[in-house]
Amino acid sequence: MLSGYSFRNFKNKLFFALCLVCVVVAVIPLASILFEVIARGASQINVQFLTANSLQGGIGPAIQGTFIIIAFTSIVGIPIGVLSGVYLAEFGDNKYASAVRTINNVLTEVPSIVVGITAFAIIVVGITGTYSPFAGAIALSFILIPIVARTTEESLKLVPNSAREAALALGAHKWRSTFSVVVPAARSGLVTGTLLAVARIAGETAPLLFTILGNNYFFQGLNQPMDALPLRIFNNSRQPSPELQAQAWGAALILILIVLALNIGVRLASRGKLRR
Amino acid sequence: MARKIKGDNIFKIITGVIAASAIVILLLTTYVLVNGSTLVFSQFGLGFLTSTSWNPVEGRLAFGLLPYILGTLVTSGIALLIGVPLSLGIAIFLVEMAPKKVRVPISYLVELLAAVPSVIYGLWGIFVLRFWVLNNLEKPLNHYLGWISVFSGTPFGLDIFTAGIILSIMIIPTIASVSKEVISAVPDSIREGAYSIGATKWEVIRNWVLSYGRSGIFGAIILGLGRAIGETMAVTMIIGNVTGPNAIPTSLFKAGQTLPSLIANGFIESPDPVQKSAYVGAGLVLLAISIVINIAAYVMVTRLLKVKGGAVE
Repeated sequence: MLSGYSFRNFKNKLFFALCLVCVVVAVIPLASILFEVIARGASQINVQFLTANSLQGGIGPAIQGTFIIIAFTSIVGIPIGVLSGVYLAEFGDNKYASAVRTINNVLTEVPSIVVGITAFAIIVVGITGTYSPFAGAIALSFILIPIVARTTEESLKLVPNSAREAALALGAHKWRSTFSVVVPAARSGLVTGTLLAVARIAGETAPLLFTILGNNYFFQGLNQPMDALPLRIFNNSRQPSPELQAQAWGAALILILIVLALNIGVRLASRGKLRR
Repeated sequence: MARKIKGDNIFKIITGVIAASAIVILLLTTYVLVNGSTLVFSQFGLGFLTSTSWNPVEGRLAFGLLPYILGTLVTSGIALLIGVPLSLGIAIFLVEMAPKKVRVPISYLVELLAAVPSVIYGLWGIFVLRFWVLNNLEKPLNHYLGWISVFSGTPFGLDIFTAGIILSIMIIPTIASVSKEVISAVPDSIREGAYSIGATKWEVIRNWVLSYGRSGIFGAIILGLGRAIGETMAVTMIIGNVTGPNAIPTSLFKAGQTLPSLIANGFIESPDPVQKSAYVGAGLVLLAISIVINIAAYVMVTRLLKVKGGAVE
C-alpha cells in the first residue's frame, strides 16, 4: 500500500518534471533564433547597409518597402476590420453576423500563399497588369481584415452593457454611443489587437512573392515591383554567396526588431489596462 | 424619434455592409481558385490529384499533386508527433502547475514563438537547425535504423525530416494556447472531486481534466495541423523542393515538397497556362483543406467552452 502510494507520488513528480522539460524545449528554439539573428545580424548593421540599394550591398529598399507595405495595408485594412468588428459586437445577434464570424475564423486560417494567388489573379493580372505595392497591400489586407475584425469584436464586447445603456439613456444615438463611449472604453484592447495584427502581416512573405515580387532599387511607383524585408531575406538565403547570406541575417535582425518592438511594446504598454 | 432610428439604421447598414468584406474575400478567393484551376482539371480530371508526374515540357505536359499531398501529410504528421506532446506539456504546466509569477512570462515566451516571422524560421532552419538535426538526429537514426526504409538514404539536413521538425516548433504556440484555454475551462469541481478520492495531481490531469477537455484539445490539435499544412516559407526554404515522382516521401531523409512550397517555388516562373493552372489547383486543394479543418476545430473547441459557460451560470 505504502509502496503503491510512493510509486504514484513518484509518477506525479516525474510528470511535473516532464512538463517543465516541455517548456524548456520550446523556449530553446526561440532563444536560439534570437541569439543567432542578433549574433549574425549585428555585424552587418551600418549606415551603408541600412541606406544603400541592393546593388550597393544595402537593404535600404527592403526597409523602405516594408514600411510602405505596412502603411498601405493598415490604411486599407484597419478601417474595414474595425468597422466589421463594430458591426459584429454591436449588431451581432443575428444569422448574418454569425455567418460573417465563421467566415472570419476560416479566413484567419487560410494559408497565406493562397491569398497571394488571389491577389495575383485579381490585381496583378486583372487590374494593374504589373507587380505592385498596391497588389501586395491588397493581399496583406485580406489577411489583416479578419484578424482586426475579430479582436475588435472581442474588445468591444468587454465593455459592459451598462455603459451603452447610460449613453442611450442620455438620448445619444446608437452610433454616437458606439464611437463616443464604447470604442474609447475598449481603446486599449483595440490598439493592442490591431498592432499585433500589423506585427503579424509585417513578417508575411508568401503573399508578397506573387504581388510585389522584389526590387533592387528604392520605391519606383505604385505600379512597379517593390522590395520588402521578408522577400529580401528569402531571396538572399537561397544565394550561394556568403555575403548575400550575411545580408539576409542583417535584414532578419531589422525585421525581427520591428516585429518584436510591436509585440513587446504593445504588451508592456497595455499590461495594466487589460487586466480584468 | 423617427429620425434617430433612421440614423441608427444607416449606421447599422453601413457597418453591416463593411462586415460583408469577409464574405467578399472568401468568395473572391474561391472564385479565383476554382476558375484558375478549371483548365488543369478539365485536362487531367481527378487524375490531377492522384498522378505523380510533373512535366512542364511542351507537348508532354503532365501534372499530378499526389507527391505533394503526401509530402504535406508527412511533414504535418511529424510536426504533430513532436509538437502535440510538447504543447500539451506546456499547457498543463501553465494551467495546473506553474506558480503565478512565472505563468505570465512563460505564456509571453510561447506567444513570441508565434510572433517570429516564418521566413526567419526558414533562415534559422537553413543555417542553424539543419546542421543540428543532421548531426544529432538524422545521422544516428540513419546509422542505427537505416534498415527501415523511412530512415534510409543519405542524410543531408535539407529534407522532409527537418521540415517536419521546424513545423513542430511553429505549431507549438497555436496548440499550447488553445489547449491552455480548454484546460482552464474544465470546471474546478471536476478536479476537487478527483482529489477528494485520493488521486495525485497527475492522475487528476490524466484521468479527469484531459478526458473532460478532450474534444477541445482535439480541436486545438486540428488547428495546429491546419497551421502545419498551410505553412509556406519555412518549409520552402528547408524541404529541398523536388518535383515529380522524386518528391514522393519514401524516406524522411530526402528532399521533398509540400503543396504550399510547390506553389511558392514555381507559380511565378511558370509560363505555360496549364502549369499555372496546376499551381492554382494546388491552392484550391489547400483552401478546401483549411476550410474543413477550421470548421471542425471550431465546432470541437466551442462545444467544450459552451459547456463551461452553462456550468458557471
